[in-house]
Amino acid sequence: MKDTKTVFEYSVKGRRAVDAPARDVPARPLDELIPGGYLRKSPAQLPEISEVDAVRHYTGLSRRNHGVDSGFYPLGSCTMKYNPKINEDIAALSGFANVHPYQPEETVQGCLKLTCRMQEILAEITGMGAFTLQPAAGAHGEMTGLMIMKAFHENNGNSGRTKVIVPDSAHGTNPASAAVAGYDIVEVRSDERGNVDLESLKNVLGDDVAGLMLTNPNTLGLFDENILKISEMVHGAGGLLYYDGANLNAVMGICRPGDMGFDIVHLNLHKTFSTPHGGGGPGAGPVGVKKELGQFLPGPMAKQNGDRYYLEAPGPLSIGRVKSFYGNFGVIVKAFVYILTMGADGLKHASETAVLNANYLMHKLSGDFVIPYKRICMHEFVLSGEKQKENGVSTLDMAKRILDFGFHPPTIYFPTIVKESMMIEPTETESKETLDDFAGTMLQIAKEAAEEPEKVTGAPHNTVVARLDVTLAARKPKLKW
Amino acid sequence: MSRYIPQTDEQKIEMLRETGFSDISELFSEIPEDIKLKRKLGIPGPFSECELMGHLRQLAGNNISTDDHAFFLGAGAYDHYIPSVVKHMVSRSEFYTSYTPYQPEISQGMLQAIFEYQSMICELTAMDVSNASMYDGATALAEAARMACGAARKNTVLVSRTIHPEYRQTLRTYGRFCGFKIIEIDYAQGITDLDKLQDNITDDIAAVLIQSPNFFGAIEPLDEIKPIIGERKIMFIVCADPISLAILEPPGSFGADIAVGEGQPLGNPLSFGGPYLGYFAVKEEHLRKMPGRIVGQTVDSNGKRGFVLTIQAREQHIRRERATSNICSNQALNALAAAVYMSVMGKEGLKETAVSCAQNAQYACDKLVETGSFERVFSAPFFREFVVKSKKPVSELNKKLLENKIIGGLELEKYYPELENCWLLAVTEKRTKREIDLLSSVCEGRCGE
Ligand SMILES: Cc1ncc(COP(=O)(O)O)c(C=O)c1O
Repeated sequence: MKDTKTVFEYSVKGRRAVDAPARDVPARPLDELIPGGYLRKSPAQLPEISEVDAVRHYTGLSRRNHGVDSGFYPLGSCTMKYNPKINEDIAALSGFANVHPYQPEETVQGCLKLTCRMQEILAEITGMGAFTLQPAAGAHGEMTGLMIMKAFHENNGNSGRTKVIVPDSAHGTNPASAAVAGYDIVEVRSDERGNVDLESLKNVLGDDVAGLMLTNPNTLGLFDENILKISEMVHGAGGLLYYDGANLNAVMGICRPGDMGFDIVHLNLHKTFSTPHGGGGPGAGPVGVKKELGQFLPGPMAKQNGDRYYLEAPGPLSIGRVKSFYGNFGVIVKAFVYILTMGADGLKHASETAVLNANYLMHKLSGDFVIPYKRICMHEFVLSGEKQKENGVSTLDMAKRILDFGFHPPTIYFPTIVKESMMIEPTETESKETLDDFAGTMLQIAKEAAEEPEKVTGAPHNTVVARLDVTLAARKPKLKW
Repeated sequence: MSRYIPQTDEQKIEMLRETGFSDISELFSEIPEDIKLKRKLGIPGPFSECELMGHLRQLAGNNISTDDHAFFLGAGAYDHYIPSVVKHMVSRSEFYTSYTPYQPEISQGMLQAIFEYQSMICELTAMDVSNASMYDGATALAEAARMACGAARKNTVLVSRTIHPEYRQTLRTYGRFCGFKIIEIDYAQGITDLDKLQDNITDDIAAVLIQSPNFFGAIEPLDEIKPIIGERKIMFIVCADPISLAILEPPGSFGADIAVGEGQPLGNPLSFGGPYLGYFAVKEEHLRKMPGRIVGQTVDSNGKRGFVLTIQAREQHIRRERATSNICSNQALNALAAAVYMSVMGKEGLKETAVSCAQNAQYACDKLVETGSFERVFSAPFFREFVVKSKKPVSELNKKLLENKIIGGLELEKYYPELENCWLLAVTEKRTKREIDLLSSVCEGRCGE
């Protein structure tokens, strides 16, 4: 098979896909408007293609891409649930999609009303006092939340609180975001049940600690049963508790971070609230805080006065602004539609089913794979490929073999505290039949790993390209055409 | 009950039984009783599709869109025409329902599209390497400042006051917490005051940040910045509008180390401020300090061309607190829209669009000044946006325009108190002579009084 052409390889001089815009104002030579020295000397070599070329090219590319709509996508920690189509249609309504962020307030009452409602709804779902929708993704929310934490301590005259505690099971963005917010990072161990090790926590708590970041359920897919104790310990030491909401899909309507003792929360609307992941984004990472911390939120905030909606400028204690305008509004619209589609019972039902699906799948795989924590899992679980590794088959090999069956593999090698880890999150939108199919495939791969390992180590066999050389890519970077 | 959950009640019972549970509540038995929610969440819903569509259509109907009115409002978000093909291609659900291409063998589509996006951004900016996108122009600029400070182990950046006010606010937030100081350089005649820039240049400075065309729409004399920096180890960071780069000399030609900007004008709808994308491109030597995801070309085990995420040792999932940035999810689908837009606009189309913006803006400016009610505030050449000072309060003009189905410009005084009654107007290729003439006559008071 030939390589797929790049868009540049379609290019033919003089070909075009758009007509020149109609220009009815008197035309003047460009160098009369803009001094010649500022004008571009050699043109940007963008492709010259027809509309048909463009459509064939991008349609061709889309066919070389696996999405949730193509098949099962149990990528742990990412909540790859189905992305409802009505959400897309509503976000594309001209009254949402073609509205400028600086229009007069009276011409964007619908946008502001939706923003206000969403702030309230998210506060209710998480048990928090106030929400900002400004952060663009989970990591951006973490950064925002930690800045709020810092502003809070500084306002109390505690600028000596320079450390943030992060469990060893935490997602990479947690320590990275803490670093961006100007903190030093202290790691705590997980105990043999996968919870935060309380002894280890006790040892690092002190008056130099600003707070603890926790995902609950955590990235092992386990609910930290000691959460109230943890909260008491951290608060007792004068720290705040930060909730990474990446795993909220396990507990909607069942328990709320606010009631667990968390002071600051971010959500990933692109995970829990069904907005598409877009091949890597856009997401949205709203941040909620306890009432007392509301004054530190970034601004502006949407507010309501009777039946008028308006934007309120941030007050003196606000951390300021973390991006331009008001957040990824188009994503927020989709999440809003999803929540209204589900309602309170629907969200709870989604979490219950997500947890049921994960436990069912874990049970089916527990005979052939090592399950490092023998507990009830929440919406996802982690298994280890240690047993297969003994036979020379790595988790990476198994992931590549999964590709041959039309599934997206689970998250691999995260969390790092489990050897040869594979993190599986089926979500609630998958049927029993799909789960059975996937379990069957996993068991077959386990069998292959034992009996004909080359079949697994040589995978994938059925994809549009064979296994790609990532070492070469990094050693001899070719990063543009 | 919930249309996106396929499991039937019977199946759930069967699954529970097989897994060794008798009731769904047992699955939550490890959650302490004390923190369980004993009531139903107080949120609206559930609603059927039909009800929702009706309700949300009404809400959307309470907003005025670019379909209803002629927009002369820009200030960082622009009403350009988006060819239909862009929307159709980004609506391919194999693209939009996928995630970060961690498994390249089944993600070649998105990877190649991003590789092409990076290539086209490099072409436009004349830089060596582009990443796969940042959240928006403001955060791209803030990350550029962080990167410069981190790389040079210095903590002060010089920031022109002609940079978008919200970008400067974002910079201040990042600066306060990441630990870098911002010295603002005032403007003269609508462009960065180069004397003041010169006065503030010392070896302690990590970077100089300039936007061109700047917030006032004026084109900055980028050719004069590098000579001011001289041989000092100071990064030159240029924030540039991507459409303008079809006709303006690109940042790379002026010796920029980092080029960033708001990518929204490249085929992304206004969407009340987001999602947009920040583009981020650097000189080769800065590659390993760069934030964000990068796609590179490689080969598969049969020697066939393919694409993968690469130079990942910079990133949070590997480097954790020592990563160059905390960014994980980015704005990939917006970058895809930008890629499709750039490839269909093509070499000629993008240039023509840029020329139309310049022509329309010049015509509008002349037309307003001719009325005698406005004067130009700055003499610097401009691209798509310009500033005029009005005899009447700008807020009144905007109100009157609204009655005539025109969304007027930005009241600059809100951001620059010294610019009393100054008005920032953007004129894209979408605006017609009729609309511009109407703008001018309403301002003169000839209509709609
Ligand atoms: C546990 C956890 N925290 C944080 C993040 C970061 O979220 P985002 O990619 O939206 O920035 C992720 C993303 O995968 C995650 O799984």
